[in-house]
Amino acid sequence: MGKEMTKEQYSNMVKKASPDSPIIKNCIHAFIVGGIICCIGQFIMNWCSVFGMSTEESTTCTSVILVVTASLLTGLGLYSKLGKFAGAGSVVPITGFSNSVTAPAIEFKKEGFIMGLGAKIFIVAGPVILYGVLTSIVVGIIYYFVS
Amino acid sequence: MARHVGKQSMEFEKDISVIATASTVGTKEGKGPLREYFDVILTDNLMGQESWEKAESKIASDNLKLAVNKAGLNPSDISYVVTGDLLNQCCGSTFGVRSLKIPFFGVFGACSTMGESMGLGAVLLESGGAKYVLCGASSHFASAEKQFRFPMDLGTQRTPTASWTVTGDGAVVLGIKNEHPYIKRITTGKIIDMGITDANNMGAAMAPAAADAIYQHFADFGFKPDYYDVIATGDLGYVGQKLLIDLLKDKGIDISKNHIDCGIEIFDRELQDTHCGGSGCACSAVTFAGMLYNKLRHKNINKLLFVPTGALMSPTSVQQGESIAGIAHCVGIEN
Repeated sequence: MGKEMTKEQYSNMVKKASPDSPIIKNCIHAFIVGGIICCIGQFIMNWCSVFGMSTEESTTCTSVILVVTASLLTGLGLYSKLGKFAGAGSVVPITGFSNSVTAPAIEFKKEGFIMGLGAKIFIVAGPVILYGVLTSIVVGIIYYFVS
Repeated sequence: MARHVGKQSMEFEKDISVIATASTVGTKEGKGPLREYFDVILTDNLMGQESWEKAESKIASDNLKLAVNKAGLNPSDISYVVTGDLLNQCCGSTFGVRSLKIPFFGVFGACSTMGESMGLGAVLLESGGAKYVLCGASSHFASAEKQFRFPMDLGTQRTPTASWTVTGDGAVVLGIKNEHPYIKRITTGKIIDMGITDANNMGAAMAPAAADAIYQHFADFGFKPDYYDVIATGDLGYVGQKLLIDLLKDKGIDISKNHIDCGIEIFDRELQDTHCGGSGCACSAVTFAGMLYNKLRHKNINKLLFVPTGALMSPTSVQQGESIAGIAHCVGIEN
């Protein structure tokens, strides 16, 4: 062999050869789809208040409808197609959370209801739940001393 | 007897013939540019099974039997079966081979498995300790996604450097016979790790290993790159191919004229949205068992250097920050 290439040199070579993600295109897609999902949410909320629900009841009702719909779409294999197009646009809204719980549930069901579905249902959403709860505790303590 | 050549190579004396091959692929591969070369194109990637893993084993089992049939043999005529796959503990192969009742060597070389199994098959035959050897490799898009990435229904985007795991099984029957093509020589690759940690850029992780193995092959045998009609790597994809050609150019070897990559050949990048190309054990296995073998038999190719490439890692090693080690094995096949 000739002169050995260092890992650093190779890493630069790889960077040059590898195409970057189309960030602007991805952002536009995410903006459009994320925006549409939020508009649908707002529509459901307004619609709930027509039936005389309080703001709190409306938000709960909206979350339930969005979560169930996204779960259903996941089961029908449609949410992954949406996710491929929308990226963060369909991950960030509550529908993305629903998808991240339903997808492992479907996938790991074959390993049984305890060690499969039960143990692995939060394999994607778990970190969000854990660190979400921890963050809220920290914020709560800070809020307690500040107020 | 086989002769040890140079640092890493072996040359065979006997006529180790690739008597027959069989290839089974999934629905997506069956719509790709190589569709006319495959023996079986599945209409259901689940094969009527309960899980992706069981489907993969069924594909392997059916395809291995098909290869034996195509060679005009019975499973009882085969001395050894040497196969591997991507699943934990090689379960795809274990349960695929279960019903064959043939002595079994399970091998793991990630996506380079076909090169490893064919090389070892040739060594078994050359040793005189086997009559016929059945070699193969399988992978399944869904079982690989489940093990290495995310559940199938999770809505995620793939990066431009990501590759698409090929669903299928490629198998070959090797035997001492006066029937072309023959496995003439092998160069067994070393593990080459250039510190790549991005599991979505396997081509970059494997290209240095491919370059090293090909360089060593030429050095050991004293060949020039144009000795071979075609040099076919396993699943480097578009990024890996560019890196391989550049790495070898740095060492004074130009393979840009006769190099192809099975991962590039198997899918239509634009129509099939496969980003960097195909990957997985089956990628090189079905491309060899399908297109390359067909061209060898019809003498469209007379000298082939088949170089399946593998990215050696596990989900655990990647999560622990370990880099992805590359490997590649050269198998010289001639008429």
